[in-house]
Amino acid sequence: MNNTVTQERIIALRKKRSAQDLRFKYYGFIAMCLALAVLVFLLYSIFSRGFTAFQKTTILLEINYDQEVLKLTPDSTEKEIEKGKFFKVKKNALNNVFENLSKSDAKFIKKLFSTNIDNEIKNYFLNNPSVLNTKQKLWVTAHSNVDQMLKGNASRDVPEDRRKLNDIQLSFIDQLVQENRIQKEFNNFFFTRADSRHPEIAGIAGSFMGSLLTLFVVFILSFPIAIGASVYLEEFAPKNKLTELIEVNISNLAAVPSIVFGLLGLGVLLNVFGFPRSTPLVGGTVLALMTLPTIIIACRASLKAVPPSIKEGALAIGATKSQAVFHHVVPLALPGTLTGTIIGLAQALGETAPLIMIGMVAFIPNIPTGITEPSASLPVQIFLWVESAERGFQEKSAAAIMIILLFLFMMNALAVYLRNRFEKKW
Amino acid sequence: MVDNNNTKILAKDVDVFYSEKQALNKISMDIKEKEVTALIGPSGCGKSTFLRCINRMNDLIEICKVSGSIKVDNEEIISSSTDVVSLRSKIGMVFQKPNPFPKSIFDNVAYGPSIHGLADTKSDLENIVITSLKKAGLYNEVKDRLNEPGTSLSGGQQQRLCIARAIAVNPEIILMDEPCSALDPIATAIIEELIDELRLNYTIIIVTHSMQQAARVSQKTCFFHLGELIETGDTNKIFTNPDNTKTQDYITGRFG
Repeated sequence: MNNTVTQERIIALRKKRSAQDLRFKYYGFIAMCLALAVLVFLLYSIFSRGFTAFQKTTILLEINYDQEVLKLTPDSTEKEIEKGKFFKVKKNALNNVFENLSKSDAKFIKKLFSTNIDNEIKNYFLNNPSVLNTKQKLWVTAHSNVDQMLKGNASRDVPEDRRKLNDIQLSFIDQLVQENRIQKEFNNFFFTRADSRHPEIAGIAGSFMGSLLTLFVVFILSFPIAIGASVYLEEFAPKNKLTELIEVNISNLAAVPSIVFGLLGLGVLLNVFGFPRSTPLVGGTVLALMTLPTIIIACRASLKAVPPSIKEGALAIGATKSQAVFHHVVPLALPGTLTGTIIGLAQALGETAPLIMIGMVAFIPNIPTGITEPSASLPVQIFLWVESAERGFQEKSAAAIMIILLFLFMMNALAVYLRNRFEKKW
Repeated sequence: MVDNNNTKILAKDVDVFYSEKQALNKISMDIKEKEVTALIGPSGCGKSTFLRCINRMNDLIEICKVSGSIKVDNEEIISSSTDVVSLRSKIGMVFQKPNPFPKSIFDNVAYGPSIHGLADTKSDLENIVITSLKKAGLYNEVKDRLNEPGTSLSGGQQQRLCIARAIAVNPEIILMDEPCSALDPIATAIIEELIDELRLNYTIIIVTHSMQQAARVSQKTCFFHLGELIETGDTNKIFTNPDNTKTQDYITGRFG
């Protein structure tokens, strides 16, 4: 009797325990689904807004490269061509976009085109000097307002005074569409140009290069220092109060808000040491300081993960301490150290606040070529574009986010690859 | 029974402390040349600690303090002026768990000779590696795959690879810290045979938990208990007619 009661109780408890187990499994599953849903939503909202930035609108324009108007001859040198009167050629072309234009309407035509088209007309001529005295049909970049209207990002159903384009301009666009003189093509400017005040010709090449140069500085500074510091702390340092203090403070530094490092860069690097402002050199130095603790912690973890028996084996056959460390422990820890470094670099890539402090938030319309030239960086570029009022920059910022995510994804893939490639089993 | 009177290692009043805790208490013993000396005793009795004093591996443990005197070939090794690198090249060590480097079989054995500069040419190095592998009784099993990783071998082979690695730097003494405890009986038997061969050229000190193993391979046996050396003598005598009742109790399985 008593025995069966105990049996029943055990069975009931077992049912309860397995139900608990199952419930917990479902909680985990639901949590994962929620996280995934948020991620999908995030990616969808970025992609749906950003992908249009990879296309630009161009308008077919008939250009008359008239010798008289340009004040050029077939023998003109490149320098003379640079000074050619291309703006006059452009003016003539604009006036002839439509036949029988009234003078009052003609002035609206100009606003349909990018301010960059002078350059496009000139560059075409520089590449093909033989077109002198001929008429050429060129696809030239449309103004951002036209671009946004055709991509459906700006509505035409709002009252005229709240639109960037008036009714006359809209009717021009409709006419161009009807005559197939307006098209969308791949936006090469987005990938080849630096920032600009005009959304249609603004690109991420400048900030991308800036980020790349900054990361280069971060890597050069932080990787050797982090390896040195972690090897010393892990393998050589005596265990005393001082090293304990250092260890605790490395962990503390890893948690310091990044903007504090920006202040440090402003106060010390710029004001005391006089580093050039807004450059990858100073940005990279600040970010290296910021990521060092992270990388050191990762390096030490991977050094710790090397079994001590390997080091003992080396020491037991008469290797010196540094031979045991550098022949055996460090090579085995290298995949982990590289992964940690790349994760640290990825953190540095996405960092905005410290860069704002050291002036990398400036408007830089050039692509930097060295670490001492002023430059932008991807996250700050996104920050600047999100802030701008122009509608054309909204899709640009979403597209730049896509680029930075791709960049991060590639860095993490590299970290995974390196880890799998060099990891040794024992 | 080998009979010689050449003392290789002479320990006198060796005390070892881990922080406050005393692990060894006034250990004195002499270890003869070209013999196998077995250190036996229950877990935690200090036999491994004593073994690791001989090649100063205890230095790796920060809290470990060693005092007293150990002389190897009449040279004091428990002193701050001892060159541990040359000491360890003279005293090889084989660990409880096989710990080959994650490198090729060849590189595992070649590492010691190359850091000590024992080989002038590549063929010299190859000779050392092959001789060492032969002495460790491993050569015939691995001669066609010297470039494969050492970790791909079986446990017993790995342990013999570690013995070959230790032999390759021409030690005079080999310390073995429970070398068979992670191995199956067949691999154990092979290693035991190997120890019997190696004793012709090397002084061997082996820590073991297995009394049968101590009886099979050693000429001298030292019984440790709670950090003290209870009894030391010829293996035959210890196992058949020990002087101390504690030794008697331990080897007959009454405690331990």
